Amino acid sequence: MHALHPPGEDSGQARPDPAGNSRSAVPPGSKTVLGSEEIRRALTRIAHEIVERTDGASDVVLLGIPTRGVPLAHRLAARLSQAEGHPAPAGSLDITMYRDDLRLRPARSLGHTEVPAEGIDDKIVVLVDDVLYSGRTVRAALDALGDLGRPRAVQLAVLVDRGHRELPIRPDYVGKNLPTSQREVVRVLLAEVDGQDAVILGQDSAEPGADGAAGAGR
Amino acid sequence: MNRHLISAADLSRDDALLILDTADELAQVADRPIRKLPTLRGRTVVNLFYEDSTRTRISFEAAAKRLSADVINFSAKGSSVAKGESLKDTALTLEAMGADAVVIRHSASGAPHRLAGWVRGSVVNAGDGQHEHPTQALLDAFTMRRRLGRLDGLRVTIVGDVLHSRVARSNVLLLRTLGAEVTLVAPPTLLPVAVGSWPCDSGYDLDAALPKTDVVMMLRVQAERMNAAYFPTVREYSRRYGLDDRRLALLPEHAIVMHPGPMNRGVEIAADVADSPRSTIVEQVANGVSIRMAVLYLLLGGAEAAR
Amino acid sequence: MSESAWLIKSASPAGGPATDLLLRDGQIADMGALGAADGARVIDAAGLIALPGLVDLHTHLREPGREDAETVETGTAAAALGGFTAVHAMANTEPAADTAGVVEQIWRLGVRAGYCDVRPVGAVTAGLAGSQLAELGAMADSRARVRVYSDDGRCVSDAVLMRRALEYVKAFDGVIAQHAQEPRLTDGAQMNEGEVSGRLGLTGWPAVAEEAIIARDCLLAAHVDSALHICHVSTAGSVEIIRWAKSKGWRVTAEVTPHHLLLTDELAETYDPVYKVNPPLRTKADVAALRAALADGTIDCVATDHAPHSVEDKETEWQVAAFGMTGLETALRVVQAAMVDTGLLDWAGVADRMSVRPAAIGRLTGQGAPLHGRPLQPGSPANLVLYDPAARSVVSPAAHASRSRNTPFARMELPGSVQATFLRGEPVVLGGKLVASDGQAASDSQLAARERQSQRGQPAGPEPVR
Ligand SMILES: [Zn+2]
Repeated sequence: MHALHPPGEDSGQARPDPAGNSRSAVPPGSKTVLGSEEIRRALTRIAHEIVERTDGASDVVLLGIPTRGVPLAHRLAARLSQAEGHPAPAGSLDITMYRDDLRLRPARSLGHTEVPAEGIDDKIVVLVDDVLYSGRTVRAALDALGDLGRPRAVQLAVLVDRGHRELPIRPDYVGKNLPTSQREVVRVLLAEVDGQDAVILGQDSAEPGADGAAGAGR
Repeated sequence: MNRHLISAADLSRDDALLILDTADELAQVADRPIRKLPTLRGRTVVNLFYEDSTRTRISFEAAAKRLSADVINFSAKGSSVAKGESLKDTALTLEAMGADAVVIRHSASGAPHRLAGWVRGSVVNAGDGQHEHPTQALLDAFTMRRRLGRLDGLRVTIVGDVLHSRVARSNVLLLRTLGAEVTLVAPPTLLPVAVGSWPCDSGYDLDAALPKTDVVMMLRVQAERMNAAYFPTVREYSRRYGLDDRRLALLPEHAIVMHPGPMNRGVEIAADVADSPRSTIVEQVANGVSIRMAVLYLLLGGAEAAR
Repeated sequence: MSESAWLIKSASPAGGPATDLLLRDGQIADMGALGAADGARVIDAAGLIALPGLVDLHTHLREPGREDAETVETGTAAAALGGFTAVHAMANTEPAADTAGVVEQIWRLGVRAGYCDVRPVGAVTAGLAGSQLAELGAMADSRARVRVYSDDGRCVSDAVLMRRALEYVKAFDGVIAQHAQEPRLTDGAQMNEGEVSGRLGLTGWPAVAEEAIIARDCLLAAHVDSALHICHVSTAGSVEIIRWAKSKGWRVTAEVTPHHLLLTDELAETYDPVYKVNPPLRTKADVAALRAALADGTIDCVATDHAPHSVEDKETEWQVAAFGMTGLETALRVVQAAMVDTGLLDWAGVADRMSVRPAAIGRLTGQGAPLHGRPLQPGSPANLVLYDPAARSVVSPAAHASRSRNTPFARMELPGSVQATFLRGEPVVLGGKLVASDGQAASDSQLAARERQSQRGQPAGPEPVR
């Protein structure tokens, strides 16, 4: 076993700095495409759409895909319960063991899977992730979900859709459509993980050797 | 982590914690409707068992199957191994079969080391002679952490035939790496002569050690020691080094009792102690599968090129 | 005889001032600043050290019985390449060398191979079984003229049997070479008992198992006033006991192997059985004590315990692998590394510990036996080795003449190089390479002549140059 890659790098977002410092500075050559206020509004809008399209969200279970899908799922859950007056269950679904690219990297450490006590059978599961790119993460999540139970329906919410799908997958709820080139890297920073909220668009070369490979093979 | 898991000494603190954390996640799989993950589809794990150990073999087999690996059981009985085929020839056969990992149990200390020199796949030591049994130590540490919430600073007393015990060796090394304080307690005949150089304390008095113990681990007394003058009689051994009700009461309230199994009830451990709520012996079996899943995943789940 | 004359120019005898040596008629004919000699071929030996031909008290040549691992021919070829002109062949063959017939067969195989003198060691007990004495006298009286007896590989652990053997061989000036290993203390033992064995889970071989037997046998030898030789001393404690026995004036001699002078038990961490040997590799402190004892003469000599084993017996788990290491081809180089380059012994000391003293212990004194271990001086038999101490190279088992490859020094860089070995004036090694033996092709009359030589230590009649 070797240096481990953090889970969820799939979307090309930043990973926590090993020193524990958040990456607050936008690297040169990168630009902020969403600020914290815009992220807040996007999530509020998604929450409203979920309520509309699920008849009041009474059977909704939000499952975030680690790492940054999980705080997003919890933020959405908070908004849903605020709007509807009943708690919306949220949890996490790690997809590492279902990835189709495990053999391309040294073994990865696992994220946490936590299914709310209500379970997922006959529920409307909304998968939550930060960035939608190739669609392979979502494919893995659907497989993982199938091994956990049988939801009535599965929907997908993402903060950013950057295009370049490699599988027939489309999101139900999108915070922002962000057309990108494959050489670009999209980073989502969240306060729970990174100390601040932002979506950053940079060049692949901006961080050689690390998550820069986000563009490849998703 | 290394390509192989042969000694607990191969594991850094980070490696060991990663295995424990991974096992924590994988333990959930046992509670799901579908107790299987697709992760090692297409990978081949060979269980190469030169010693009878149904428990350990089944544990590795269940772990590999829950990860969807193909499992080939290659037991010494009734095979070419029993007919005197050398370990090296067997290794070349496994190589030809494309084994991605070989789980080896062998009566000769160091056999996994030798095997690792002859095969390309990962070698997992499932117990070699009187040397080591690293996955047992990992599952023991995992059990301690689940029961007591931590390993750092934990006081672990290992009692019995340390001299011949691969479980004791691996536990001393791993627990030390994880920050626990280990004390070995045994009759002097069953401690290695150079035990003073081990990273732990040792002593002869069980009653004195128990009140300062968070975990007491009782080692099995092998039948072949009983007539080799290591101690006068089984009765005397049991009286001086067995864990009975009276000794159980010397332990702090929170302390747990472990045994790597199989037990000699009435020799190193009294039956009601083994069955008491403080005993973790049943959990140890379940935890063994989670730990072995974690080890197989971390050794085989990644890129081959890096191995 | 002019064909077999050699003029060695500018060699340094036992490390002393450079001089020329003229070898003729199997003897050192002349020494000093010599001009061209009539018909003699010339070897430029500038920078080379000349030592009397080395004598090994302890080899296993495996013939008869395990010709897959070694034969007398391949083993003596290895010996010649290592600078030895006489080797003792231990008795643990199959069948064991416990009768006049077997020892004569081994002796004759040595004569036929022609690389060096082979001195069979007779078994102490029949079949090395440790229960009754072998026919020690018959072996002594045979053409092989056995004087050294040993059950090596096993210890003569029965105290009464050991006492009787020591007593009995006094009748023909024999010596009992003991493999000191208390069997009960070493039941299943795999390596030196200590910190490393405890860590590796390999059954320990305590030093006391060797020392207890040595102490007992020294007392027995004193009691019956006989000659005891202790094989492969490996511990600091053994050295102390031998030092004490010698201080009493008892007739005790001892040998140490090259590997025990250089290697330690930590090598077992590899679990590679190439490091598995009996007695086992010990600790740094033991190595230091052995070196000091060899330097001060407490240990009389170096003996290789050359123990070739087939690949099948070594490419295994440690526990099932055979004990033993090859050593003939590396012995002098290892001694240079361990003793000379460390300043513990000079080349005169090396000549003493690897030729003079072992020849004396093996009774190679010319009394019906070939003469070895004589100082390099006119009139001595021309048994000598030319050695380049300035060379350095990595040990490559594939290049060894031994049929086996189990050298623990493989891939190690060692100093020195044996350039030439002369046996009774004839080169068996030249330029570091074996001179083709005519062994199998020799005529019956040639072999008969060589047999006589090998008994008397003198050349017998004209012989073609090899
Ligand atoms: Zn021996």
